[in-house]
Amino acid sequence: MSVVEKHKEEAVYVYQAPIRIWHWIQAFAIFTLAVTGYLIASPLPSVGGEAYDHYIMGYIRWYHFVAAYMVIIGFVFRIYWAFVGNSHARQIFLPPVWRPSWWGEVWHEVKWYLMLISEPKKYTGHNPLAVLTMHVLYVWGTVFMIFTGLALYGEGTGPGSWQHSYFSTWIIPLFGQSQDVHTWHHLGMWVIICFVIIHIYVAVREDIMSRQSIISSMISGWRMFKDDRPPDDLH
Amino acid sequence: MHETFYEVMRRQGITRRSFLKYCSLAAGALGLSPAYAPQIAQAMETKPRIPVLWLHGLECTCCSESFIRSAHPLAKDVILSMISLDYDDTIMAAAGHQAEAIIEETIQKYDGNFILAVEGNAPLDEDGMYCIIGGKPFVDQLRHVAEHCKAIISWGSCASWGCVQAARPNPTRATPTHKVPGLADKPIIKVPGCPPISEVMTAVITYMLTFEKLPELDNQGRPKMFYSQRIHDKCYRRPHFDAGQFVERFDDEGARRGYCLYKVGCKGPTTYNACSTVRWNGGLSFPIQAGHPCIGCSEDGFWDKGGFYERLTDIKGFGVEASADQIGMKAAAIVGGAVAIHAGVSVVKRITQKGDDA
Ligand code: HEM
Ligand code: SF4
Ligand code: SF4
Repeated sequence: MSVVEKHKEEAVYVYQAPIRIWHWIQAFAIFTLAVTGYLIASPLPSVGGEAYDHYIMGYIRWYHFVAAYMVIIGFVFRIYWAFVGNSHARQIFLPPVWRPSWWGEVWHEVKWYLMLISEPKKYTGHNPLAVLTMHVLYVWGTVFMIFTGLALYGEGTGPGSWQHSYFSTWIIPLFGQSQDVHTWHHLGMWVIICFVIIHIYVAVREDIMSRQSIISSMISGWRMFKDDRPPDDLH
Repeated sequence: MHETFYEVMRRQGITRRSFLKYCSLAAGALGLSPAYAPQIAQAMETKPRIPVLWLHGLECTCCSESFIRSAHPLAKDVILSMISLDYDDTIMAAAGHQAEAIIEETIQKYDGNFILAVEGNAPLDEDGMYCIIGGKPFVDQLRHVAEHCKAIISWGSCASWGCVQAARPNPTRATPTHKVPGLADKPIIKVPGCPPISEVMTAVITYMLTFEKLPELDNQGRPKMFYSQRIHDKCYRRPHFDAGQFVERFDDEGARRGYCLYKVGCKGPTTYNACSTVRWNGGLSFPIQAGHPCIGCSEDGFWDKGGFYERLTDIKGFGVEASADQIGMKAAAIVGGAVAIHAGVSVVKRITQKGDDA
């Protein structure tokens, strides 16, 4: 933050409290899901004794499902907030892909990452490349995990349950069979892990190298700027 | 007119007492209350046997083998007398032209009122020349008979999904019944399994006879009463699964103690079948009880899901064959590596830039 202090500081309130709480709950839940999911597919070493004394796989699955419902409820809430929240709350759901100028800005951002230009544009919200990545990998990735996850969950709750009626009945034949849904759900985890690696890296890098604050904004809600020229996305 | 079941059974020396016993057994197998037993008995006493044409395409005859081994000592006789198997290449007495003539005869006599049971499937490549019956491609016979039947039963995984002959690369383009182009639009009941459990096969027929309608099917066409739960849901080793007690290798202590077979590739969690409830050979045992993981024989494409002894499925594509973890870890490593390089370059750039500023 030492860099910020050098300039005349201007701040914009970007991330409303519900968004920030949602963000960190999602982060925690997705981390839990990836760890427990991996252990569902490749369980811990076998334990001895009476079956009655243990419930290891049971708990691993239970934590997976608890975190899964946190993601589901959180995601539904997040969509609701996209309607009632500020304009930034809608960004990751609606990348303006129909606007050529927007793609130009995506390209500008790509060049910034390829280090072909010395200065990025300045944004109060997400930069266009971030919006694109979050929209494709995070939003659709999560939708994919929720749908395939509920289809698998419905296999356990069985016919008659809402999970089975609304998800398993059509998703399982769509993929072929149950085993295929497991495989794609599993692959989806790796897509999300790749997203998380990129997401954390660029958040840290942008925090240091871009013209606005990133990580602290997701804690305080305020976007700080490191120079006093006008942002490129305030129209 | 065909005789009733009961008449046939009595003619075969089956006592009324055994007959009634069979009826309550059938009610049980169908998940019906004992109150239905008289209804079944009445149907069998009054209704003429259903004529069945049982066609064989590309197959190994395991469905027929299973069918004639129906558990209850009586069942074998009952079943064989229950439906009038007018045509079944493997077990009928007639042969040659005589046999083929039976098909036409049945079609004429019972047009729209007989059941077509299909075991195996039709290869479509080379105009169906990979399976010839009576000098003609099987697929033609199948289309012809389907045109006149009331309903079709797809016995086993071959007729239901394709099974081994349709496994990659499916050299003859073996095609399950419901995907045969130009097949008459008739209700199809899938009874998958390699083979299906005999009690399941006979129960499906008993149901159709008793209630004069098809059993309730799930949205993939399988009778709900036998295919709506997974092996895993009713597996007696499930407490070991929940506890985290697994067979790690076939010769370890866990194997001797009968732990869960998940880690040696059990497909029970993804397989819809009745093995863990009805079991096999008259309820004697089933694969998992014998210490072998379920290979998922009643599921579509079970041959193409990688090793039978591996939990994770192979994903084929882009010329590679790897599990979700192998692919995912590679992708994550590439992304992680790219991030590390990018970070390194960024740091270098920043230091040099700072140098410029100063
Ligand atoms: C970011 C989100 C998620 C990740 C990373 C994740 C990861 C995984 C992984 C790796 C598996 C093992 C798959 C296999 O058998 O190979 C799994 C299984 C499963 N997941 Fe998820 N999952 C996520 C979200 C969800 C959601 C939203 C649900 C919804 C209820 C869900 C329900 C399930 C179920 C039911 C299973 C199967 C459990 C079993 O076979 O015992 N998952 N998950
Ligand atoms: S042996 Fe197979 S079906 Fe039985 S509990 Fe283990 S994984 Fe499930
Ligand atoms: S246990 Fe599995 S592989 Fe074995 S017969 Fe049953 S469904 Fe088929």
